[in-house]
Amino acid sequence: MSQSGPASVEFRQVSKRYGEVTAVNAVSFTIAPGTLVTLLGPSGCGKTTTLRLIAGLEMASEGHILIGGEDVTRLSAAERGVSMVFQSYALFPHMSVLENASYGPTVSGLPRKQAEAMAAEKLALMGLSGFEKRLPSELSGGQQQRVAVARALVLEPRVLLFDEPLSNLDAKLRRRVREDIRELQQRLNLTVAYVTHDQEEALAVSDRVIVMANAIIAQDGSPRELYEQPSSLFVADFIGDSNIVDAGITAVRDGMADIRIGNLSLRLPHRGLGTGPAKLAIRPEAISMATDGQDSLDGEVIKAAYLGSHMEYSIRTPAGVFFVVNADVAQPRSIGSTVKITVHPAGATLLPEADRGQVTVRPA
Amino acid sequence: MTIPTMIEGPDRRSAGQGVWGWIALGLAGLAVVPWYALGGAGIFSAGWFGSFPSPASAPAIWQIWNGKPWLLLPALPLLGAFAALFVPREQPLHGRLLACSGMLGLALLLAQGFAIDHRGPTLDALQHILSVSSTKQSGLGAGAALLGFAHLMLFARGLSRRGFCRGDAFTVGAITLIVTLIALFVFFPVLVVLLQAFTGPMTEMIAKTFDASIWSLACILGPLRCGVAWNTLFLAIVVGAGTTLLGLAFALIAVRTGFRFKPVLRILTVLPIITPPFVIGLALILLFGRSGAVTALMMDWFDIPRSRWIYGFTGIAIAQLLAFTPIAFLVLIGVVQGVAPSLEEAAQTLRANRWAVFRTVTWPLLRPGIANAFLLGFVESLADFGNPLVLGGSYDVLATKIFFAIVGASHDESRAAILAMILLVFTLLAFWAQQHWLGNKSYTTVTGKGDSGLPAPLPRNVSLLSYALALPWALFTVVIYVTIFFGGFVKAVGRDHSFTLSHYLAGFAIEWGASGLLFSGSAWGSFGITLWISAIAAPLTAGIGVLTAYLLTRQQFTGRRAFEFGTMLSFAIPGTVIGISYVLAFNVPPLELTGTGIILVICFVFRNMPVGVRAGIASLSQIDKSLDEASLTLGAGAAGTFRRITMPLLRPAITAALIYSFVRAMTAVSAIIFLVTAQYNMATAYIVGRVEAGELGLAIAYSSVLILVMVLAIGVIQLAVGERRIGRRSIATTPIPTTA
Repeated sequence: MSQSGPASVEFRQVSKRYGEVTAVNAVSFTIAPGTLVTLLGPSGCGKTTTLRLIAGLEMASEGHILIGGEDVTRLSAAERGVSMVFQSYALFPHMSVLENASYGPTVSGLPRKQAEAMAAEKLALMGLSGFEKRLPSELSGGQQQRVAVARALVLEPRVLLFDEPLSNLDAKLRRRVREDIRELQQRLNLTVAYVTHDQEEALAVSDRVIVMANAIIAQDGSPRELYEQPSSLFVADFIGDSNIVDAGITAVRDGMADIRIGNLSLRLPHRGLGTGPAKLAIRPEAISMATDGQDSLDGEVIKAAYLGSHMEYSIRTPAGVFFVVNADVAQPRSIGSTVKITVHPAGATLLPEADRGQVTVRPA
Repeated sequence: MTIPTMIEGPDRRSAGQGVWGWIALGLAGLAVVPWYALGGAGIFSAGWFGSFPSPASAPAIWQIWNGKPWLLLPALPLLGAFAALFVPREQPLHGRLLACSGMLGLALLLAQGFAIDHRGPTLDALQHILSVSSTKQSGLGAGAALLGFAHLMLFARGLSRRGFCRGDAFTVGAITLIVTLIALFVFFPVLVVLLQAFTGPMTEMIAKTFDASIWSLACILGPLRCGVAWNTLFLAIVVGAGTTLLGLAFALIAVRTGFRFKPVLRILTVLPIITPPFVIGLALILLFGRSGAVTALMMDWFDIPRSRWIYGFTGIAIAQLLAFTPIAFLVLIGVVQGVAPSLEEAAQTLRANRWAVFRTVTWPLLRPGIANAFLLGFVESLADFGNPLVLGGSYDVLATKIFFAIVGASHDESRAAILAMILLVFTLLAFWAQQHWLGNKSYTTVTGKGDSGLPAPLPRNVSLLSYALALPWALFTVVIYVTIFFGGFVKAVGRDHSFTLSHYLAGFAIEWGASGLLFSGSAWGSFGITLWISAIAAPLTAGIGVLTAYLLTRQQFTGRRAFEFGTMLSFAIPGTVIGISYVLAFNVPPLELTGTGIILVICFVFRNMPVGVRAGIASLSQIDKSLDEASLTLGAGAAGTFRRITMPLLRPAITAALIYSFVRAMTAVSAIIFLVTAQYNMATAYIVGRVEAGELGLAIAYSSVLILVMVLAIGVIQLAVGERRIGRRSIATTPIPTTA
């Protein structure tokens, strides 16, 4: 760990066990230098353990962890050149903002003057000049969080870790802070690993998202890949909303599959599937409603809700109940009215056979 | 940019230096400091320079060349650690070398100590190899301690390099050190007692264990006395039940009534902490003894003849009830407060009247706490030594029997060991019952959520009963303490109540002699030693206790539960058993400590450590773990984190541990009465001696001085260590969010 600048992070078949429980099971991935990668998943999926394995706060039971190409599997947290922003911020309550921020260089043995200068620089970067003398308890939640980020940045870590950084902020502040974090990451060219359980947050800030479930990686890809081509029922359901529908593949040609759902027919990439029954994930905004038309499913509106920018409907059809998002607020459908629904191919995808059923998730 | 060097950090650079440092320390132990214990004043008196090097004071290197070549054995493994320096630290071999050589060195050090003791080789095989004249060894001294410590730390460093405890050398080092110390000063002595009890011919051992003097039930059938084991159990059950009943009465009054003098009840909780256990018994003698104040009044007013009724079961039971009721009160006040008012209000809204609420909700919720208080009183009574000693008369209990088996004319070590084992088994059974029977049954409902309900007032007859029990008792306690403080100022309580300072002058006189101030009072010696030993023991106890708590709450390692059990075990061992085990274990080489001040300090540290651990755990569990982790990721390492983050936040726990261990060291009597010498006499042992010699005036005067000194010391410690720097208030107003 001799050079500075952003470093890559690599997991090679890393497992973490606590007695009988396996928290992380033979996980492999790579985080490229200077990118922001999110670890996303429901609680208990192993994402926080993975983050703590990077930090050196947990020791891997098996496998190898590399940072900047160097094997750090057995190094302690203090030796890895990694900083972390904690969910609770973990600001030392008996130290002022400046003492908190200069803690890293101070314990590394730098003279106090230099340590404080470095801290002041990062505090200024986070817009916290003038707060140096305050105690953490005298700051607002948002300010505390910025102190935590400043403190993590002072040592110019080669990898910066965020553990659910927005979970203690109110809803309005969250959007702004996540934009700030993304901007900071790109401006300073940082390697960032970011844990969240909020899929919207993950899609908004990430270069890449690693979805975890039951201690393994369910899918690893860009936000667009995850949303448009979920590899499993779990991912389709977890990233955004999806209608999971039983369908039949009638024929496969030129890499495309002919699909029938009742009277509705669709042509989609076959994703390795042959003819026969299959599962289809359809995004709620990809379903359009009309009063008549060929090649459509008959349905009846059973629920309707007005959300200002859009309408949400539940529509009962022979193929099941569909959840539909419709931008037409001006002319809402009333409950009990009959509609014919069609599916836009861009918002639908077949779920590959191989992964289906492998990731089973207990209901939240 | 300066960053890379920082990340490289002192931790990595010092890694190699650490190994160098420990090797250097080991070499110093071999070459500079006397290898064997010097006895008497010990290493800290400069006297040993004078005769250096002599067989007594020479370091190991000199000894190796002068007839003790086997001392080379524990030194050789340092070479292994040295070799490890030439292996890159990333390679498993590096850590393995360090760990193995450290372990081997430690094993060889102990092995040679036990193999050849003050009488010569202990194994026949060795006797053939070595000539007898040169093969005697006295106890291990400073040099051996340094080398052993170096080996231990090298072993720990090796383990940490192999990835133990997230690779943190400090954590592994601290764990190994504490485990070793506990093994040495808790498990080893108890093991020696066990061995002592079960050596010798089997038939004799069985005869001694099932002796009629221990297990006889003759008192049920006729006028004869029962065995000492039944005596002890019977007393413990009566005292356990009595303290629980009284404690519950006080607790109910304190929490559930509009009693106007509640702060006075709070004082009750402090008293037993600062009162040496036998002082209550002493006060009882002054009041109810043959020539006691009350006895005299009874004689004058009602012509009740003087008698010795206070000596025996009644006296011990009254003294212990007085001494331990506050402990039951402390336990039960928590339990009574823990019963959530909302539960009772729920019962009320379901149309239960006051009595029905108490019977169906309050009482069942209190029951586990009551059982707990009973067991505590039971165990305290089992372990109590001072009161049976001064009040026992012909009523024997195990704790005093053990003492007299050792110091009496018989001096029967194996009998003492067997009695100690029986007492230990009783105590451990009680603690086992507490853990396994009550462990999961605590219904106390402190959730951290505000409960705005009002506690239901007691049913009238219950509150009347509580007052009837508690108030006379409180009054009695007041009388006892008045006796303690004024007894020292009268010529003879019960006979001559004219004012005198003669008792205080006998103990604490200061005169102008030819060479300046002369502390001529007879108590000064033991008083000075007591303050000195307590002042040394307190910070050590607090330090090791808080460090242990930190390891238990903040570090994950295999064997954590066993580690916790080991650290708490010494709390369950009655002081008398500790005393006898220390005498048996540390009277002979290789660990020859009796007769020194060190053994007193060690005894206090390991006896009182569990309280430091408990206090530390309680505070640490309120401090968010992510604070430590933040410090670790910022490059501080466990040692730095402990010093900069944990310690400052732990001030209240450290204060509590300091006060407690200081006060316990001042008031302890059961363990140390075996360990004191003329040179290192402790105040409590001295007072007990005065009581036995009939000098009650001096004894009671000295006791009140002790109590006052402890109150003073508590004040000083509070001021010196103080509270946490961050105001709790400011934290409470804007809490740091800690969502799970």
